[in-house]
Amino acid sequence: MNFMPVILWSDALVFLLVAAVSLAIWYVRGREHLLLPWQRVARSPVAMVSLLVLALFAVIGLLDSVHFRVAITPQNSTERIYSPEVLSVFDKLVEPLRMHHEKTYSQPFAITLFAKESQTDVQGNVVRAYPRLQYGGAHLQDASRRDGDVVKRALLGGLGGLLAGTLLVVIASFPNRRKSGVWLVVCMTVVILATCIGAIAHLATVYHVLGTDKVGQDVLYLSLKSIRTGLIIGTVTTLVTLPLAVFLGVAAGYFRGWVDDVIQYIYTVLSSIPSVLLIAAAVLMMQVTIDTHPQWFDTAAARADLRLVFLCLILGMTSWTGLCRLLRGETLKLREMEYIQAAQSFGVSSMRILSRHIIPNVMHIILISLVMDFSGLVLAEAVLSYVGVGVDPSMISFGTMINAARLEMGREPMVWWSLAAAFCFMLLLVLAANLFADAVRDAFDPRLNRGE
Amino acid sequence: MIAYLIRRILYAVPILIGVNLLTFALFFVVNTPDDMARMQLGIKRVTPEAISAWKQQRGYDKPLMFNAAGSGINKVSDTIFWQKSVSMFSFDFGYSDDGRSISREIVTRMTPSLAIALPTFLIGLFVYVSFALLMTLFRGTALDIVGVALCVLLMSISGLFYIIGGQFLVSKLWHLVPISGYANGAASFKFVVLPIVIGVIGGIGSSSRWYRTIFLEEIGKDYVRTARAKGLSELRVLFTHVLKNAMIPILTGVVVVIPLLFMGSLLTESFFGIPGLGSYTIDAINAQDFSVVRAMVFLGSVLYIAGLILTDISYTVADPRVRLQ
Repeated sequence: MNFMPVILWSDALVFLLVAAVSLAIWYVRGREHLLLPWQRVARSPVAMVSLLVLALFAVIGLLDSVHFRVAITPQNSTERIYSPEVLSVFDKLVEPLRMHHEKTYSQPFAITLFAKESQTDVQGNVVRAYPRLQYGGAHLQDASRRDGDVVKRALLGGLGGLLAGTLLVVIASFPNRRKSGVWLVVCMTVVILATCIGAIAHLATVYHVLGTDKVGQDVLYLSLKSIRTGLIIGTVTTLVTLPLAVFLGVAAGYFRGWVDDVIQYIYTVLSSIPSVLLIAAAVLMMQVTIDTHPQWFDTAAARADLRLVFLCLILGMTSWTGLCRLLRGETLKLREMEYIQAAQSFGVSSMRILSRHIIPNVMHIILISLVMDFSGLVLAEAVLSYVGVGVDPSMISFGTMINAARLEMGREPMVWWSLAAAFCFMLLLVLAANLFADAVRDAFDPRLNRGE
Repeated sequence: MIAYLIRRILYAVPILIGVNLLTFALFFVVNTPDDMARMQLGIKRVTPEAISAWKQQRGYDKPLMFNAAGSGINKVSDTIFWQKSVSMFSFDFGYSDDGRSISREIVTRMTPSLAIALPTFLIGLFVYVSFALLMTLFRGTALDIVGVALCVLLMSISGLFYIIGGQFLVSKLWHLVPISGYANGAASFKFVVLPIVIGVIGGIGSSSRWYRTIFLEEIGKDYVRTARAKGLSELRVLFTHVLKNAMIPILTGVVVVIPLLFMGSLLTESFFGIPGLGSYTIDAINAQDFSVVRAMVFLGSVLYIAGLILTDISYTVADPRVRLQ
């Protein structure tokens, strides 16, 4: 083996999450009463298209969560040494994007740098000119043929994507005899997405589709890498504190008395601190701990990763109180129901009542708050990174991208593409999440009367 | 009512003690003062003398909770906990790292924060409620659908982009107002107008949608049907009946933030260079000035609790059926 698998803390949590989701899907599949609201979600075209976009993001995030370190065996040495750079499967897939480092800024599809530099021409005179990029459009001899080449490559790549997408759709529709309108919309989305991906992928091998940033990194690569950070913040945060919120909320509502008082006191204290300040204070302290214990981490990635996981924990600590309060209120209502009283009079133990009767009946609240929180957390990450209490500055995320690009606002002419890329990717992710969350809420909320 | 208020204020005391204990644990127990000193002075090449000097300068060279060397009351009072945490109850926040009194900074910086936050809040409330009422009035029509879609789109955009985009368009491209800065008195108008407009626009998406949900919930109730049956016009139903009855959920979400307006907005103030409490906090976070952050955490929770009490009072004003006992 010339590589060593690396499992970062966040990777482990992501895999745990995937396992939990798979388990939940398997559980729901066989039970019709649980399947019903999901079928309602599946009947909404907007929800399914959003889900498709989210799934695409999730695939990128998952590929980006399988990490390894490549072996670098020095000459005249038998000892195996691993590179300090932690790579992911996704990095390997988009190797050209990752490796094509330019010197500094270049515009999208540019073949020269953004600013003039002094060069020595053939005669030995020093001239100010735009130097050619090392990789972007390097295959072109004649700079004036760029536009035609871009169009040609976009068409070719798009055509490839179109064919692949259509093939996929045809194969997927084959066993499905009942073709609904939603299915048609989903198929169209798949084809459109595949066409776009094909065009971009074909262009990205020789151009910087979204330009390069200050240190010459490809902005498309940065945007794609940011997806994982955003997804982790959005999902792991709720995952790590969900058990706490559910248990405390249900216990407070069911047992009442002093248990209720203690739990209410805890969440009132936590929620009475403005969340940004609590997060800032906790992150500052975590920073001190991480900085004073460099021996804990063998790579920079492990360090940045632990900070990410801690950030999730801290964000979770400030956001579980809302769910806890909701669950407490709902449990207070449920415990007066006849079926709970029947269970009590049969002598069913409290733990069993909680797990068999109460928790299944508050599940819709948990699910709704989980999907509703996601987009807010992705947005919060950007703000926190801007404030300086977000992810590690070395970790690629939407927040760090915006933060770096913001400093170039005053430049003339303006460097706009980093901001635009972060804006588009974030908007796509958050919008899809919001639309999907709305559909889930509508399908699960029992207060909405559907006349079914 | 008075008895209720006194009870509520007394009830706030244990919560503030909890906040105090939490921040104390966060700032002094998770990391020892030695760790903080090492972090601030640079991780490597820091002498023990430098650390103890740093600690002494800030008063961190005392025992955490209990001073065995002291006598009498000093056993408790001559400690970090007493001097740094308990003293906050008298709003004595001590000094920041650059040697200024934090309390004085807070007082002087409140005005710029309020100059932005208060108009944003009031104009925002008016705009959001009007927009939501408009959508409710035209519910089910194309206008409503477009409005909701617009709301979802607007709330999917990070607040950072509203500020960056607004600064770019208004200040850089059109040169209407300065990009950032602040002046006292009436001269501050040109500095605060853009942050206020951006603040209002940034909140349209989520707020208007939220108010719309509240109104729609009210509009399905029986009293609305009765009002319509009486022959009232839809506008009258909406403005006199629905709006009044929706007051309680609206107040629940709105009144609690009023005291927090004093704290200003972190993002807006730092982008626009407003010398308010928000930018004070952000500077303290970046400079890792722990005493300022601690003071702001405490102040924030005091204001939040004040907001909760105000909410209760506002219920009695909005709804005569509510009695505080």
